[in-house]
Amino acid sequence: MKKILWIVALAALPLWLSIAPAQAVEVERVISPGGIEAWLVQDNSNPVVSMRFAFRAGAEFDPVGKSGLANLAASTMDEGAGDLDSQAFQQILADQSISLSFSSGLDRFTGQLKTLTENLDQSVDLLRLALTQARFDAEPLTRLKSQIIAGIRADSEAPGKLAYNALFANLFAGHNYALDSDGSEESVAAITADDLRDFVKTRLARSNLIVGVVGDVTPKQVAVLLDQAFGDLPRDPAVKHGGDVTPQVSGRVQVIERDILQSTVVFGQAGLKRSDPDYYAALVMNHILGGGSFTSRLYTEVREKRGLAYSVSSSFYPLDHAGLLVGSTATENARVGETLDVIRAEWARMAAGEVSEQELTAAKNYISGSFPLTFTSTGAIARVLVAMQVHKLGIDYLNKRKSYINAVSLEDVKRVAARYLNPDRLDVVVVGKPVGIVPSP
Amino acid sequence: MAKIVRRLHIAVVAWAFVLVVSMGGGLAQAKVFDPKTFTLDNGMQVVVLPNRRAPVVLQMVWYKSGSADEARGKSGVAHLLEHLMFKGTSKHPNGEFSRTVAEYGGQENAFTSYDYTGYFQTVASDQLEMVMELEADRMTNLVLSAKDVETERAVVLEERNQRIETRPSARLREQANQKLYPKGHPYGRPIIGWRGELAALTREDALAYYKANYTPNNAILVIAGDVQVAEVKRLAQKYYAPIGAREMPARPSLLATGPIEGGETVLRDARVRQASWSENIIQPSLTNGPPMRVAALEILSEILGGGSTSRIYRALVIDQALAVSAGSYYDQSARGDGKFAFYGSPRPGVSLDQLADAVGGEARRMLSEGLKPNELAAIKKRMMADAVFSRDAMKAGAWTIGGALAAGHAIDDVEAWPERIQAVSEQDVLDALQAVLDEPRRITTRLLPQETPNTIQDGQGTGS
Repeated sequence: MKKILWIVALAALPLWLSIAPAQAVEVERVISPGGIEAWLVQDNSNPVVSMRFAFRAGAEFDPVGKSGLANLAASTMDEGAGDLDSQAFQQILADQSISLSFSSGLDRFTGQLKTLTENLDQSVDLLRLALTQARFDAEPLTRLKSQIIAGIRADSEAPGKLAYNALFANLFAGHNYALDSDGSEESVAAITADDLRDFVKTRLARSNLIVGVVGDVTPKQVAVLLDQAFGDLPRDPAVKHGGDVTPQVSGRVQVIERDILQSTVVFGQAGLKRSDPDYYAALVMNHILGGGSFTSRLYTEVREKRGLAYSVSSSFYPLDHAGLLVGSTATENARVGETLDVIRAEWARMAAGEVSEQELTAAKNYISGSFPLTFTSTGAIARVLVAMQVHKLGIDYLNKRKSYINAVSLEDVKRVAARYLNPDRLDVVVVGKPVGIVPSP
Repeated sequence: MAKIVRRLHIAVVAWAFVLVVSMGGGLAQAKVFDPKTFTLDNGMQVVVLPNRRAPVVLQMVWYKSGSADEARGKSGVAHLLEHLMFKGTSKHPNGEFSRTVAEYGGQENAFTSYDYTGYFQTVASDQLEMVMELEADRMTNLVLSAKDVETERAVVLEERNQRIETRPSARLREQANQKLYPKGHPYGRPIIGWRGELAALTREDALAYYKANYTPNNAILVIAGDVQVAEVKRLAQKYYAPIGAREMPARPSLLATGPIEGGETVLRDARVRQASWSENIIQPSLTNGPPMRVAALEILSEILGGGSTSRIYRALVIDQALAVSAGSYYDQSARGDGKFAFYGSPRPGVSLDQLADAVGGEARRMLSEGLKPNELAAIKKRMMADAVFSRDAMKAGAWTIGGALAAGHAIDDVEAWPERIQAVSEQDVLDALQAVLDEPRRITTRLLPQETPNTIQDGQGTGS
């Protein structure tokens, strides 16, 4: 469900990125002797250090027929490295209570390390081994492939998974974004240890690395650990980025028939990238339409007024090479037509510019005010530090974000609504036995 | 999927992962959360957990009533009421609660469990008074229209569809719980309610449950984060203390007595493409277990099946390559009985019987061979470290203390956790394992694809 979880993560992202002026978090730039940069927030309240890092090395680069390679690498790099076989490596992590893991999405390959301060040196050494000397031995490779394939099988009939995979397949036909970043049963089975070694060699490099560190650690210590962990990586990756891809939105309605009581409905349209100057206006507009809190128009109209669904929401989903606006809901089969009519009506109302100053103010207050609420663990703050660097938001972003939100005007909201919302060209995928809709030919 | 998780069920707060220990003075002097607590004249207990990392505060109100307190035939009403609590009062009508919280940037949600129901908001610390006023108001002043109830019932039916009907594994769990507890026991019915009973719930049913259970002497207020105890006291006096107490009947025991159906529950579904197995065994909880037995069961579940260095994972997933996943867990937090469980999912070509036999074999091997040198010490060290990490998250203390009190346990039950864990001996762990293996109250579940005649054999008990 990586793709879908990703959407949740991104939808929540704006909520982290702001800070109360009263107790500003101080972000420091640390550059190691070897030239590796990290952003750091010192926090001595507990003897704990969290590090997060990201490479531009996600499923985008998975070779044809080997989709899921980055995801399998994420699962196997901590299963034996250097002189330590899988069990020895995992036993040290467990005995020392070191949390080290990797994960991969469409665009990025990420990692997290969390440790008691007293084990920081050992943790960083294990990270270095995993990044540069992963063994990919036969036993863990076979085991992890079987686990991933079992996960793909277990999820293969989950309505949300089926629906999102179909939506992405339609929107991005011919591009890696069309494929589940976990891979398929066949593609995962086809991946070899050499493919994984090739992944490490060609994709992980210092120039596409971003690091955030939070916790009980000094800038001096961070400078040393950066070279220790990442200094052995090559300077540049061998893989080259592709160009942008335009989502092929056509207003098609696809039904995947399944004999279940409830239909899961996902819908999508072209959106914008994170770097777009209209990003904040779009964020505010979507908050009113179908965003995070329990006050959106979709929530009010679909759930509160009509009882059509338990969940309904929409969110912008910015990728490196494309932007999307996606949403989902689930309703009993007999009411799918009615539910989609309500959603399209809200799409149309917003597109026509029907939005009030009061809604604008409430949305801006929420997006700014909910901001410090998740700065309550070192890992959460480290994740924000990585996001700030990935999207080139500036080291003072935490202090500036509120002003970006406040600058959004009613005219901005109307403009982005008119530009991005087109009720007649909403791509829809329904999984279930829906009534009241006509699938496209 | 990208869904709103408002009004969700929270199954269990696993104490072992949310405990906070002060390591400053060494393990022997470990403190846990060190909460400040006092009780208002109307009987409402207040717990304060100051934590100044961020200018943020969390309010939780826990009612010591959940789905277990529903009248016969009214399953789902506790959870339906939880949804309805967002509708409004005469002072704050028409969904104003959520609108106000959102306008101040606050985040909120609610949950229903067997044993309790809870509501919480996270806000900037200067907004604490706002959410305390709102939460106190809806403790007694809820206004419901028949239309509200009708619409929200439809929402909850869709929630049931989403959580249970479209998920074979959830349907299997629902069926298995009926057989694990005696006929009519509240833990044997789903928190969200049986479909037929849920569909028939009325405004009067919801209000009856509200009047019977939503009273300050049945509630716990927990405030965590950037606050002073004195300020919480002042605000609690102002908003919660004026609410009059209502007499509550003594709560019936939830400890299961009487025979259970047991055996096994099998669910075959065309939508299942990966088989799985579990064995669920009644064991003591903190309510009825000697504290040292409970601690020993916690350690047992870690050694046997907690994560990728555990005995079961090593044997089944790595060495014998029978399973893609396998392990064990233990829930000690319930107001009624606790539960110990084994679970696993096979590799291709392996039957669930083979899997179950191998899990049982590992358990029996541990019983006959005892623990390895240092095995117990390593697990204890890890559990103590987990406790340190949990301090990293501001909310952990509120969830743990709130959940313990709401299930009828004492703050001391939580505070003494590190001492109990440290005191567990090898013999304690083996005795606990013997008890798990000997316990006759158990149910096996098997989730299977529609047909895979070559790999799956039915019918045999698992004997683990």
